[in-house]
This record gives sequence, structure tokens and C-alpha cells, in this order.
Amino acid sequence: MISHTVAEIVRALRSREISSTELTRDYLARIRQLDDSFNSFITVCEDSALDQATSADKALADGTGGALCGVPVAHKDIFCTRDILTTCGSKMLHNFIAPYNATVVEKFNLAGAVTLGKTNMDEFAMGSSNETSHFGRVCNPWDITRVPGGSSGGSAAAVAADLCAAATGTDTGGSIRQPAAFCGVTGFKPSYGRVSRWGMIAFASSLDQAGPICKSAEDAAILLNVMAGLDEKDSTSIDRDVPDYTMALNNPLKGLRVGIPRQHFAHGLNAQVEDAIREALRELEKAGAVLKEIDLPNNHLSVSAYYVVAPAEASANLSRFDGVRYGYRCENPVDLEDMYKRSRSEGFGEEVKRRILVGTYALSAGFYDAYYRKAQKIRRLIKQDFLDAFREVDVIIGPTSPHGAFPVGTKSDPVAMYLEDIFTIGVNLAGLPGISVPAGFADGLPVGLQLVGADFDEARVLNVAHQFQQLTDWHRQKPRVPRMQKVEGA
Amino acid sequence: MALDRSEVEKIAQLARLHISDQDAEEVAGRISDILALIDQMQSVNTDAVQPLAHPFDAVQRLRVDKVTEENQREYLQSMAPETQDGLYLVPKVIE
Repeated sequence: MISHTVAEIVRALRSREISSTELTRDYLARIRQLDDSFNSFITVCEDSALDQATSADKALADGTGGALCGVPVAHKDIFCTRDILTTCGSKMLHNFIAPYNATVVEKFNLAGAVTLGKTNMDEFAMGSSNETSHFGRVCNPWDITRVPGGSSGGSAAAVAADLCAAATGTDTGGSIRQPAAFCGVTGFKPSYGRVSRWGMIAFASSLDQAGPICKSAEDAAILLNVMAGLDEKDSTSIDRDVPDYTMALNNPLKGLRVGIPRQHFAHGLNAQVEDAIREALRELEKAGAVLKEIDLPNNHLSVSAYYVVAPAEASANLSRFDGVRYGYRCENPVDLEDMYKRSRSEGFGEEVKRRILVGTYALSAGFYDAYYRKAQKIRRLIKQDFLDAFREVDVIIGPTSPHGAFPVGTKSDPVAMYLEDIFTIGVNLAGLPGISVPAGFADGLPVGLQLVGADFDEARVLNVAHQFQQLTDWHRQKPRVPRMQKVEGA
Repeated sequence: MALDRSEVEKIAQLARLHISDQDAEEVAGRISDILALIDQMQSVNTDAVQPLAHPFDAVQRLRVDKVTEENQREYLQSMAPETQDGLYLVPKVIE
């Protein structure tokens, strides 16, 4: 059952084919047995998971369970969890137990989900390879010498290796979609503000958005139903009705207008990735979709604008980590200044410090107009490109990443790492919903197909992704993870 | 725009970060590379463009100014590095 989708697991739990306790034990045993090789979890919560499973089984027996009653999931370690460690992948929060649950976590709990643990990530979500985590890198289940992508690399690897039924992630510049692509799973970033950011440790507040990483687009719809909605605690969450995202999944593709951005098929795109994407587009065309080439003329500026907006907002957000109220404090500070500086310098890793410095510079006196304001203007141009495109097409489709998962340690130059997100960053700057679904292989590594929708058109993105998954079985492919032996007494 | 060591030290001071002498050169180089990437923006004339602060141009929602949280002082302070008498302790600021 562990390899099944959330939709299948929910049916099996409700028909009492399996209990949540059995299923939770199976996942916990698999995590114990395999996760030494992947390092996808920072914290595993065996006792509380089994307690939640026991309650879920009671609710299932009474018929009172919520939408995810008894389904074992994992949360990215950026979501605050009461009584469970929340590190954000950083030494700065190595000992931090949040005093409350993030709204996303609260919603999963209310829906009856079981929390297996907290997944590894790039430190403060800053990275595209999961190599910046203070708790060690995560290995890609398809090839452990390669990165799982980032920053939600632990969540994507855990889902790919069947260590959980689904997981949460966050996406500031591609951090759900790119790891989902690299690990051969489905990852969905909703429109900005669709899901509450409350209790989600802030990186870049005008870009951050939470979403599901899972095994199918149908699962993404089921999970988004639980996650989405206005939250009074997050003043940037959007006050719009949440439709039932599963209702539109079966709409036919006939007549669907698909935009193919020329700029996403430019140089630098791996030939095998391009073949897989073109093949996927042909599948959609056969099902009645109408393909049309479009332009996103300012796409090449998205990485530059992003690396002003995101570090600037990060430098402000991360100023709260000062060693006073919680988290890491240096040994024997000589005075207050020394305490601030050494706590921050010892508590943050290299990439985080680099981004704080870039952001501080961009916001410093005399540079605001040249950097932050300029980047916001570029952001308007990028948004306008999408608005123009969506006048002619219903959905925009291309590759999630220029290539498959790269080998560990090969992108030590920060700028090379930043350019990894060239196809995903614009979607964040424009606040749009985007999903990555598996669409084949390049050199034996998964290829991700990115589908982007207009503002709040989540239902259509999920519909097209689901229909693609009815036509193909790429999302059903599994990495050759070592066979699990029956654990005694489990 | 390339930054030299002294400019990097100035920014580090603003951000309350310490950069060791041995790292300063490398950090200055890396940040200069990032600024070169960022400077690609400057090639576009944006004089007539309105900055976009929020993807949907939404404005901040306000709430009623009323206390909604209960006092959890002791619980919240239980995760602090050092406290005394309900206060957070830091190194002496005033002699």
C-alpha cells in the first residue's frame, strides 16, 4: 500500500482494507530501513505518528474522519509544528520547538492526516539542490550520487522513495516544482496567497507559497482542497472561494489552448529533456489540445529580478534571528554586538549569509531605486508577459528544468546554481499556479513537465495535469529502491 | 558592479554578520558575480513601468485592533537561550 496514491489510500482506509496504524507502521519501518541512504527526514516522529494513527482509526470506525483521515504524510521542516523540532535546515534553529502549528499543519491535522516527520531542505529554503542543509545533503532516490533538487528536496525524495504518501513543500523560485521534476513526482505551487503562509518560516514574503508534493495530479487536488483558503492570521492570504479542485479533473482536453513559450526551448535545454517535453505536447495534441507558440519576452530577466527581490526580503525576514529569544546563541559573547554577530555568523550557512549580504546591499541607502524598485518594475514586465499570453491560451506548458538531476557538488558557483531556476522563477514573480509532473526520462533520470495557469486557475492546471496522467504512466514509474525486508514484529 | 573588501565589510556590519579576513576576498568575489547577474536588469528601460509589489496588486488587509492571543510568556520564554525574572538576558549593554 505504501506506493499507492493518496486517493487510493483514502479508499483503502475507508473500506477498512488497511488501518492507519498498519500503514503508519509500514512507512515508519521503511523510513528506518532506507532513510539512512537518502537523508530525506530531519525528524521522524514515531510516537506521535502512531498516536495520530490510533485516533484516525477510531474516527474511521465512527465514520467521522476528515478528508485525509489516517493518511501518513510528511511536512517540510519550514512549517512550524508544536512539540516537534522545526529547524528550517539551519544550525540557527537546531534546537527550535515552535510554540504553535503552522496553519497548513493545523489543516492537515484537522483533516486527520498522520505526521510521520519533518523533511530535509536547503537552509531557509535557499538552494536548488538540497546541498545547503545543516543536516546534510539529501540523495536522489533515482541515483544517490545526484541531488534531489531543492529547496524541498527532502519532501520530493521521501515521496519518490515511498517513505510517505505525500508531503508539503514551499516554492519561492521553483522549490516545489524543480525537486518534484528531479525526483519524478508531482509538485504543485498554487497562486500566491492561495495557501496561508502563517507559521511557514518566511524567506521572501512576496513570493513564498506552500503546496503539495505527491504521486499524482489527482492527489495534488485532494491535498490542495485541504490546504487552500483565507486565513485571518496571514494578511496576504487571498479572500476567494476555494472550489473543490477534484471536480474539474475529468474535463476533456478538446479545444484546450496550450501555449508553448519559445523562450523555454532556448539554448541550454538538454536534447533528451526537449524530446520528452515535445512528446508530452504531442500526447496532449492527440487528446484534442491546440498547441500554439507564444513569447515570454522578458523571461531572461526573471533570474536577475528574483535575485534582488528574494534576497532583499530575506535579509529583512532573517534579521529576527539574533540569538535573544530562541534558536542558536554563540558561546561567551563579550558584548551585545558580538552576540548578534557571532550568533548569526555561526548559526547561518554560507549561502544564507551570501543572500543576506546581497539583500542588505540592495536595500542600503542610495541603492533602493537601482535594485529593489528596478526589480519590481521588471516584475511588472514579467507579469504583463503572462497576462498577454493568457489572453490567447489557457495554459502554458514547457520543461520544469533545463536538464535532469545533476551530480552532487557540481554547482559550487552560486550564479550557476541560480540559473537552474530559469523556467520556474517567472511563475513566482507573477504569482501564478504551476505544477511539475513526470514526463519521461533523460539519461535514466526523470524529466518534469511544467504546466502554468492564469491567476487562480488552479483547477484548470490540475485538470490538464490529471488528463496527461490518464494518457501516460510516467507518474507511476518508481526508482529502484532497495527491496524492503519484512521487519520482525512490524 | 564589483564590490571590494571594505564595501563587503560595511554591508556585513549592517547585516550584523562577521566575515573573517581569510573569507573576505572570496565573499567579495562571489557577491560581485551575483551583482553582475542582477545588473542584466539595467539593460531595460523601465521609466514608464509601475513597480509591482504584489502579484495581484492587492493591498494589506487590516483586522480589528483587539487582543486575540492569550499570554504565554513562560511557555514562549522556555525556548530562549537565557532568561531571568520573565525577561530575556543578553550581555550587559550599559556599564
